Amino acid sequence: MLEVMDLEKHFPVRKGLFGRVTGHVHAVDGVSFTIDAGETLGLVGESGCGKTTVGRTVLRLLAPTAGSIRVDGDDITRLGNRELRPYRRRMQIIFQDPFSSLDPRMSAADIVGELLGVHGVAKGTERRERVAALFERVGLRADQLDNYPHEFSGGQRQRLSIARALSLNPELIVCDEPVSALDVSIQAQVINLLMDLQAEFGLSYLFIAHDLAVVEHLSDRVAVMYLGRIVEFADRQTLFENPQHPYTESLLAAVPVPDPSRARRKRHLEGDVPSPVNRPSGCHFHTRCPYATAQCRAEEPRLKAIAEGHEVACHLR
Amino acid sequence: MSDSAALPSGGAWQRFGHHPALATLRKLSRIPQAVFGVVVIVATVLAAVLAPWIVPVDPEEMDFANLLSGISSEHWLGSDQMGRDTLARLIVGAQVALMVSVGAVGLGVAIGVPLGLISVYFRGFVDDVIMRLMDALVVFPSLLIAVGLAAAMGGSLATVILAIGLANVPWMARVIRSQGLMIRELDYVAAAQAGGMGHLRIIAKHILPNGVAPVIVQSTLSMGYAVLTEAALGFIGVGIQPPTPTWGNMLQQAFPMLDQQPLLSVVPGLAIFVLVLAFNFVGDAMRDILDPRLKGVIH
Repeated sequence: MLEVMDLEKHFPVRKGLFGRVTGHVHAVDGVSFTIDAGETLGLVGESGCGKTTVGRTVLRLLAPTAGSIRVDGDDITRLGNRELRPYRRRMQIIFQDPFSSLDPRMSAADIVGELLGVHGVAKGTERRERVAALFERVGLRADQLDNYPHEFSGGQRQRLSIARALSLNPELIVCDEPVSALDVSIQAQVINLLMDLQAEFGLSYLFIAHDLAVVEHLSDRVAVMYLGRIVEFADRQTLFENPQHPYTESLLAAVPVPDPSRARRKRHLEGDVPSPVNRPSGCHFHTRCPYATAQCRAEEPRLKAIAEGHEVACHLR
Repeated sequence: MSDSAALPSGGAWQRFGHHPALATLRKLSRIPQAVFGVVVIVATVLAAVLAPWIVPVDPEEMDFANLLSGISSEHWLGSDQMGRDTLARLIVGAQVALMVSVGAVGLGVAIGVPLGLISVYFRGFVDDVIMRLMDALVVFPSLLIAVGLAAAMGGSLATVILAIGLANVPWMARVIRSQGLMIRELDYVAAAQAGGMGHLRIIAKHILPNGVAPVIVQSTLSMGYAVLTEAALGFIGVGIQPPTPTWGNMLQQAFPMLDQQPLLSVVPGLAIFVLVLAFNFVGDAMRDILDPRLKGVIH
């Protein structure tokens, strides 16, 4: 359904009176992946590794610096706003922040029905009926149609976002950390809703998260990102049972296990993610990698397949 | 507590009661200065609108029997050196004052707000060009623009509105732009873009409604300044020309008579003072209510 090749997104760093460009933030640095119809691709990584930028660039909310984005074979990388419209209908987004994602001056029905008007799908009573149906589908009551966003709780707001994203019957939804701002009990409800909707409508998800437990629960395949690049790519089971990249290993080691009797070897990562402006040479991870060698410092590892459907970017594998 | 009782019960009204604009009005009614301001402004507007019916005599009619009279039964607020009724001139002057303030601020909003929105939404080169133009305009005080325009086009209502309105443009543009800088980064704007909404529609439906509050504040305050500027222009003689009575040229004509009939200066002076104060009170109250950074500090 979606095919992303060598996607790059750089942000210029400007300094001084005339805004001279003094460097670039390499937010996304050569990312490739595909998402099939009905599939969920989990995208994980630390804060600032470029996951959100990938999601927004794929939807062309940000203009890609290089690479290509294809939807069912059609290249949408350089399309103008008008030509992009039919593709916009097919790809929607759900955001992390349940507060800034809804216009506080619009009623819930207007928020959810807005895009129906934009694409001329439905008007007047028909639109209201469709919105009411969407409300019901995502677990909101029809008597809440005319409420304003501030009258909803965080979980309900996220349901509104989901209803808005669903309104155009999309094929793909980019879920940008849709549950990380919610209480754990609400998280489960929203995740179950997302999974039900996927089963019902055959949706594809690009599920961006830093919570590995959530990703494990939802994803068919998982990509691990570090400093703008994918360092490991595998189906869910392989990745969680047999991680190959040292970074993936340490991410999994950091997941809390709700079982005090199970002693685990602890290997926490030291330090922070390096600056995406002045990136480390060779393998980006060598500054924090416990196994780093001279080769890692000098040479950039490419993603290579070590088994069927399992790719790793590491010299040691 | 009292506000919920004041609202009529029933479906539609109850829903409307949740609208943010109504909440603003309710809060406004709890600030005494704002109530004073609203009362003065409403009274001035009524006087101006009802002028043809409530003016006691023709403001240009000269009563040579009563020159420079004080408060009397014939002339409630006295008469000037040509025997014209001050109350009549004050009411007609209110029309001018309101036309100038509404016209000038309306012009400033009508030009400044779209410029600011375009500037902030399209960023980069467009933003630079528009905002540097606005900076250039700020350099000239409105009084200077007005004197220049009056010299070129002659002093008339249109000239005064144009001059004060032009001076308002950069401020309106800056105010809406500063709001837009924050709003354009919010997720609901991204959601609208992802949904295929056009640029103009996003600006009109999302950025403008959410950024308009400080423009309302700025407009209210600017109306006060417009009244003041119009009076200043009238006083230095480049504003609206006599015989049309304006509060500014009333003051100018009263000034030489200050020691003979101080009432002649006091009446228009007080009118200017009270109306400007009213606009400022309402503007300040609106800022307290609408500016989230000050929320909770005042009440």
